Amino acid sequence: MYAPSFAAPTTVAEAVQLLANASGVAKVLAGGTDLLVQLRSGILKPDLIVDTKRIPELRTITSEGGGYRIGASVSGAEAGEHATLSRDWPGIVEAVELIGSTQIQGRASFVGNLCNASPAADSVPALIAAGATVVIAGPNGEREVPVEEVPTGPGSTSLAKGEMVVAVKLPPKPARTGDAYLRFIPRTEMDIAVVGAGVCVTLDEGGTCTAAKVSLGAVAPTVLVVPDAAAALIGSKLDDAALAALDAAARAACKPIDDKRGTIEYRTKVAGVLARRAAATAFKRAGA
Amino acid sequence: MAKHHISTTINGEPVEFLCNTEQTMLDVLRDELHLTGTKEGCATGDCGACSITVDGRLVCSCLMLGVEAEGHSVETIEGMADGDQLHPLQQKFLEYAALQCGICTPGFLVASRALLERNPNPTEEEARYWLAGNLCRCTGYDKIIRAVLDTAADMRGAS
Repeated sequence: MYAPSFAAPTTVAEAVQLLANASGVAKVLAGGTDLLVQLRSGILKPDLIVDTKRIPELRTITSEGGGYRIGASVSGAEAGEHATLSRDWPGIVEAVELIGSTQIQGRASFVGNLCNASPAADSVPALIAAGATVVIAGPNGEREVPVEEVPTGPGSTSLAKGEMVVAVKLPPKPARTGDAYLRFIPRTEMDIAVVGAGVCVTLDEGGTCTAAKVSLGAVAPTVLVVPDAAAALIGSKLDDAALAALDAAARAACKPIDDKRGTIEYRTKVAGVLARRAAATAFKRAGA
Repeated sequence: MAKHHISTTINGEPVEFLCNTEQTMLDVLRDELHLTGTKEGCATGDCGACSITVDGRLVCSCLMLGVEAEGHSVETIEGMADGDQLHPLQQKFLEYAALQCGICTPGFLVASRALLERNPNPTEEEARYWLAGNLCRCTGYDKIIRAVLDTAADMRGAS
C-alpha cells in the first residue's frame, strides 16, 4: 500500500537535509492546493512530503532594504492583508489574489504557484515584470535567481535535488514605478488563465518610460519574458504607436497551444490586448 | 509507516487522532472522527463543500492533510450552532430556503460565517466574490446571497 512519509521541520537547514537525503521522490508542501490534487489523482506518488509551514521565516513578509522578502509559505490571503505590500506592488497582489477561491487563498502561496510550474500560473508574470528574485536553499547553501529562471517547462523547474525556494524578494521600488497584471478567463472567478500579462514600468518626471518589463503567461510552455514588448514601451508616453508596437511584440512572442480554453489564434490576439491594457494600468500607477 | 498521532483542537475541544500521511483533513473529520457534517464534493478544491476554518482561516479540508492539523484550531459546521440554538446564518438559511439538496450547505455556512467575521457589512458583490468557491447546483445562489446579506444586517442591528 502507498504510504508516504511526512516531516514538518522547523528550520530551513533541516528541511534541506530531509529533501537532499530522501530516497525516491520528495515534495515540498506549502499550501498544498496543487500538491494534494496531484496526490489524490495519483499523478504524483511522493515517498516523502515535507511541510514547510512550521519554519517561522517562511511564514512572514518582511521589509528588506526598501523591498520585501515574502516567505515561501505565505498565503495569498496573507499577502493581500499585508499593510503596505499591495500599496507598493498592486499588480503582484492582484495576481496572487486571482488564484482560486477564498478557500484556496487561505493556503496557496506565491512560491507554490511558481514551483508548480504551470505556464498559466497567475502570480508568476506579475513577479517577473516586477523584477522579483527567489532565494533557493540547498545542500550547498543559498543562491538567488530571477523568478523567470525557476520554471523550465510545464511542471518542471530548475531546482536541483535537495533544493527548495525559501522566499521571493521584491526589489526596492524606484520612484514613478507602477505594475499591473491582467488575465483573461471566460468568467469572472475560479478559472485558469487563457492568457495572463504582467507589466511594470518606470517613468521619468515628464512621464516618459525609462524602464519596463513585460511578461506573458499561458502562451508558451513557460511564462515568457518579452524584451521586445518592453522595448516598445521604453522612451514612450504610451502613445498609439507604442501601444501598437507593444501589441505586435506580445503577439510575436506567443507560442501557445490549442486547448479547451482557447485556440492558438485566440490566445495570440488576446495576449496583445492584455499587454496593452496592463501597460495602461501600469503607466497610470506610475503616475502618468 | 506508523500512523501519525495528532493533537489538535476541533470546535473548541481538544481532540487527538491517528492518521496516515495521505489522509486529508476531510478524510479524518469524516472517517476517523465521524464529523460527517463536512461534505466531500469534488475533492479537488473547486466546490467548497468541505470548507472548514483553521486558526480562523477559511480553507478546503480536502486540500489539507490531517497531519497538518497538529497544534491548530479547527472549526467545522458541527461547531456552528450553540446546542439547540442555531447560528443566525443557519436560521436565516432555513427562513429563506437557501438550500435544496443540502450537500453544499455546511460549506456555505462555514464560508459565510468567515465572511461576516471579517466584514460585518459586505456588499452583494463582496459576498458573491467571497462565496465564489462554494458551488450550489440547486438554488441558483440568489437565496443564499440574500440570506447572508440579511443575516449580516440582523447581526449588525443586534450588536
